[in-house]
Amino acid sequence: MKIHEYQAKELFKKYNIPIPEGGVAFTPDEADAVAGKLGGFPVIVKAQIHAGGRGKGGGVKLAQSSDEVKNIAGEILGMNLVTHQTGPEGRLVKKLLVEQGLNIEKELYLSIVTDRETAKNVIMASEAGGMDIEEVAAKTPEKIIKVFVDPLLGIQPYHCRETAFGLNLSPAAMKLFHPMLRNLYNLFADYDCSLLEINPLVITAEQTVIALDAKVNFDDSALFRHKDIMEYRDVDEEDPLEVEASKYNLNYINLDGNVGNMVNGAGLAMATMDIIKFAGAEPANFLDVGGGANAEMVENGFRIILSDKNVKGILINIFGGILRCDVLAEGVVQAAKKADINVPVVVRMEGTNVEKGRQILADSGLNLTTAVDLKDAAQKVAEIVN
Amino acid sequence: MSIFVDKNTRLVVQGITGKEGQFHTRQCVAYGTNVVAGVTPGKAGQKMDDVPVFNSVKDAVKEAGANCSMIFVPPPFAADAIMESVDAGIDLIVAITEGIPVMDMMKVKNYMTDKSSRLIGPNCPGIITPGECKIGIMPGPTHKPGGPIGVVSRSGTLTYEVVHQLTMQGIGQTTCIGIGGDPVNGTNFIDCLDAFEKDAETKGIVMVGEIGGNAEEEAAAFIKEKMTKPVVGFIAGLTAPPGRRMGHAGAIISGGSGTGQGKVTAMKECGIHVCENLGTLGELCAKVLV
Repeated sequence: MKIHEYQAKELFKKYNIPIPEGGVAFTPDEADAVAGKLGGFPVIVKAQIHAGGRGKGGGVKLAQSSDEVKNIAGEILGMNLVTHQTGPEGRLVKKLLVEQGLNIEKELYLSIVTDRETAKNVIMASEAGGMDIEEVAAKTPEKIIKVFVDPLLGIQPYHCRETAFGLNLSPAAMKLFHPMLRNLYNLFADYDCSLLEINPLVITAEQTVIALDAKVNFDDSALFRHKDIMEYRDVDEEDPLEVEASKYNLNYINLDGNVGNMVNGAGLAMATMDIIKFAGAEPANFLDVGGGANAEMVENGFRIILSDKNVKGILINIFGGILRCDVLAEGVVQAAKKADINVPVVVRMEGTNVEKGRQILADSGLNLTTAVDLKDAAQKVAEIVN
Repeated sequence: MSIFVDKNTRLVVQGITGKEGQFHTRQCVAYGTNVVAGVTPGKAGQKMDDVPVFNSVKDAVKEAGANCSMIFVPPPFAADAIMESVDAGIDLIVAITEGIPVMDMMKVKNYMTDKSSRLIGPNCPGIITPGECKIGIMPGPTHKPGGPIGVVSRSGTLTYEVVHQLTMQGIGQTTCIGIGGDPVNGTNFIDCLDAFEKDAETKGIVMVGEIGGNAEEEAAAFIKEKMTKPVVGFIAGLTAPPGRRMGHAGAIISGGSGTGQGKVTAMKECGIHVCENLGTLGELCAKVLV
């Protein structure tokens, strides 16, 4: 799960991680009011969306006066901000973060991520701050320091020293950096984060260390123990169909194609998308109704797929294991009758009691095309949409 | 022959009295698996069908001689259940549970580094040696006993599809293992490939990967360096968009790494027979593996 920068900074504040003075604003007047409390200009006006690259897209601007704050806030609020992470459709800006300007001496990069290969938490730091870190990693990997922390041990002083020396910090900055990194790590571990990134982390002319930016992602599987983080969820930042699907515990991702598809199991669902493409069509979605799908889930799946107006045909691919094909076929028939399906549906079913299942589909009176195998199914649905 | 499990496996089911635990225990018993015990804290002395229930895995080991455990404990408590089994000296732990927090699994993984137990999963269908022993939730009849092919996969129903296609071609399996769809898991591709290479009955291997991480790339390098048996590979998620979690917690392309195409290329370079169209996987296996 992702949260906004201003929310991440609320967490930072809770963990005594230094951030610039500032506040959230939903209107130009509110932005001006926040700026008025910051004790002088310039101030920074930052668009709050769940995507990086906001500065380059024109979503982060410096204001030198009260009037300028209002003008800039007026421009950014309601704009469709396009960055390399939003895709060409961009994201509508509904809120701003207004912060004090800082006297910046140096910009650093600092992050903590979970590393799946080593099962360690990794602190990554670089003197090449403020830049796209993936670009730094690709072109000059030697400029990134990595410090691995065993989650059973937690962060130790030597981890902090190793990072600080790697960043060539002044003795004064180092003193402030050590507790900050420790607090960051504890925030990361306490809240089951998957990514915590500060880009840039700023060393001011006064040798203070301040998190100018803040990005925090959480492990979805751990949200059950972080009810306070759930409150941060902003459904405006998510695809409406995906929000709807999440209400029914369906794993749904909206894509650009026109072949809707419904599959039991994530791996088989991905492979089904691939085979649709292989047959010359484009998948409209990823939808995993779960290894043990039931009639209700199939019905909800139909409803979600059909809400996507691009869908011109649907492929259902179910491998009936423990869950028998006849039971599934009953579910599909029930669901299809309720959901008022207005596009052709190809069903491919395999596994336990498959003959019985196919018979139920054939006898249903529904306009379903049955496929003999996966290849056949993909070809049939591709022919329909092309 | 087979790998990791056979007729001598003595299974304890953790979470045996829950709905899933009960259902799948019965399926395993029906398949012929020797289920010797169940564990549900606080329910010692009860029975699930004919299976005695204990308060702890230690008791199940001591009283019933269990050497393998299958875990159906819900996500908040699953890491604890795995570590309990490790501490009780269980040889093989099969964790079916989906949705265990990543941080919990990282702790489990680090805890297990100097322990002798092997973990399969979590978020996996389990392991089956057809005709001998089924530890997991896979449909038994889809499998064909007698070998000569080993199957290792990160997926569930996709594995059943692959096994089904093998069986339809008349090709049996030695052992089929689902290593799970989570980013941090126990047994990996290389562990299974190595065991299949050493298993006399296994003549070839099907390896089913998916986007996310670099386990397939590492396995490909291992195959090139260490293996003599032919391997057919398949990667799910070639059409998956970057940055999105495709159902499995571990199936995500992040920062340009873990792409399907990258894995296919790495596997081809290492001499693996890559199947690009799932509909033809069985035919390809018939051609190159037997």
